[in-house]
Amino acid sequence: MDILKKWGVFWEKFGPGGAWERVIGEGLLNTLVIAFLGLLIGIVIGTLIATVKVMPKYKALPRILDKICSVYVGFFRGTPIVVQLLLAYYVLFPLCGINIGSLNTCILVFGLNSGAYVSEIMRGGILSVDGGQMEAGRAVGLSYTTTMLKIVVPQAIKNILPTLGNELIALVKDTSVVSFVAAVDLYKTFNEIGNRTYEYIIPYLCMALIYIVLVALISLGIKLMERSLRKSDRGN
Amino acid sequence: MIEAINLTKRYGNLTVLDEISETIHEGERIVIIGPSGSGKSTFLRCLNCMEDPTSGSIMFEGADLTDLKVDINLHRQHMGMVFQQFNLFNNKTVLQNITLAPLHIGLKGVRDRAKRAQIKADIEANAHRLLQRIGLDDWADKYPSTLSGGQKQRVAIVRALAMNPKVILFDEPTSALDPEMVGEVLDLIKQLAEDGMTMVIVTHEMGFAREVASRVFFMDGGKIMEQGTPDEVFGAPQCPRLKEFLSKVL
Ligand SMILES: Nc1ncnc2c1ncn2[C@@H]1O[C@H](COP(=O)(O)OP(=O)(O)OP(=O)(O)O)[C@@H](O)[C@H]1O
Ligand SMILES: [Mg+2]
Repeated sequence: MDILKKWGVFWEKFGPGGAWERVIGEGLLNTLVIAFLGLLIGIVIGTLIATVKVMPKYKALPRILDKICSVYVGFFRGTPIVVQLLLAYYVLFPLCGINIGSLNTCILVFGLNSGAYVSEIMRGGILSVDGGQMEAGRAVGLSYTTTMLKIVVPQAIKNILPTLGNELIALVKDTSVVSFVAAVDLYKTFNEIGNRTYEYIIPYLCMALIYIVLVALISLGIKLMERSLRKSDRGN
Repeated sequence: MIEAINLTKRYGNLTVLDEISETIHEGERIVIIGPSGSGKSTFLRCLNCMEDPTSGSIMFEGADLTDLKVDINLHRQHMGMVFQQFNLFNNKTVLQNITLAPLHIGLKGVRDRAKRAQIKADIEANAHRLLQRIGLDDWADKYPSTLSGGQKQRVAIVRALAMNPKVILFDEPTSALDPEMVGEVLDLIKQLAEDGMTMVIVTHEMGFAREVASRVFFMDGGKIMEQGTPDEVFGAPQCPRLKEFLSKVL
């Protein structure tokens, strides 16, 4: 019966006129915004890095770019995201006199971080595309970059869609640390309810439930997208 | 039109092309024959620098394609290439396969909306005309994966044609096809020959070679060992390697 009482306490703070608006409108929204925009930025950065990685290396420029990309990927994969957030928010940006707010900082750092992971995924995707596609593009006079972006990368993305979905899921889960830099996410809003009632069981259970539902919905979305892509493969 | 000068290609210390010097003139239909591994594909792919020669040069329309300062993409627009494995763009429809490069090139730097629309309409009309020519206009909006091998290769040929190339390079265009589809592709190539298209064709189809070629190259060991009209090469072969080769394939 204890649990019912706890639920009552929680619902009083959360329910009608309570914190739910903040939980949904700020917490959940920010979690999604950071994850989705982060992935989007990550795909752009990851594609660029992957393009550099698979470029023929007999000229100097691709080799230099390749080194830079390796350092970049090494840093973002080699340090925890919390450390990256803290460095950006409390060290780098203040030193440079930049103030874009904590939410934007999170979006940016998650994007940069995800770019490092997506680059590896994307590289695999690009290598999985038949080399004849690049050849055919070059043979009709398109540049390496144009062929890459118009022909190879779209096919690569299709091949790696499930893996990108997993990256999105990872991002959604990782956003739970953004309160380290004063951003308001799902964790933060439920934590606030707990702080006000001195009762954490129900808020944290609800929080876990929302994360589980989110991840399930994303997985479902990926499955549907894969299916429709497979259909377009078979004909049109 | 295309001149190879001392063209040499090595992979490590394997010499695949050995100091080849040869000129291909406008309107010629060169067919390259020779045993597997003799360097036919490599020679063809060096002509448009898909493969970078180790030394020597390729002159095309007065420019040295091996010169790194030359815009190779610009010259490739005038040299069509048709591959054994077709290599149609899988993520594009049949029509888009044909219009992609012409649109990319034609629309570059054109800002005016009306002009862009006009260019696009012209290029698409031309693509439809080409598709009608090969009887595949009904397939314009389908994806390559739905076509048969013969259809794919004919679309690939038409994709090359859409650039109004000065020459088309074919690397074994029928080798990946089921036997019943070889004819339709060879017929299309013969039509182009009749239209006066300059072509360089690597093939194992000796009957076709004899019929379509204006000049035949026999390659062996990275050299053009013998060349001449089809009647000379097939009717009165001189070098022993060619005689041996012909006795095996004919
Ligand atoms: N990228 C490469 N790296 C190393 N060796 C290569 C490469 N490409 C071709 N070769 C070698 O060069 C030689 C000539 O190859 P090429 O493809 O030009 O022969 P081909 O006459 O077209 O033969 P086929 O009739 O089998 O197509 C072969 O011995 C091949 O193994
Ligand atoms: Mg070959």
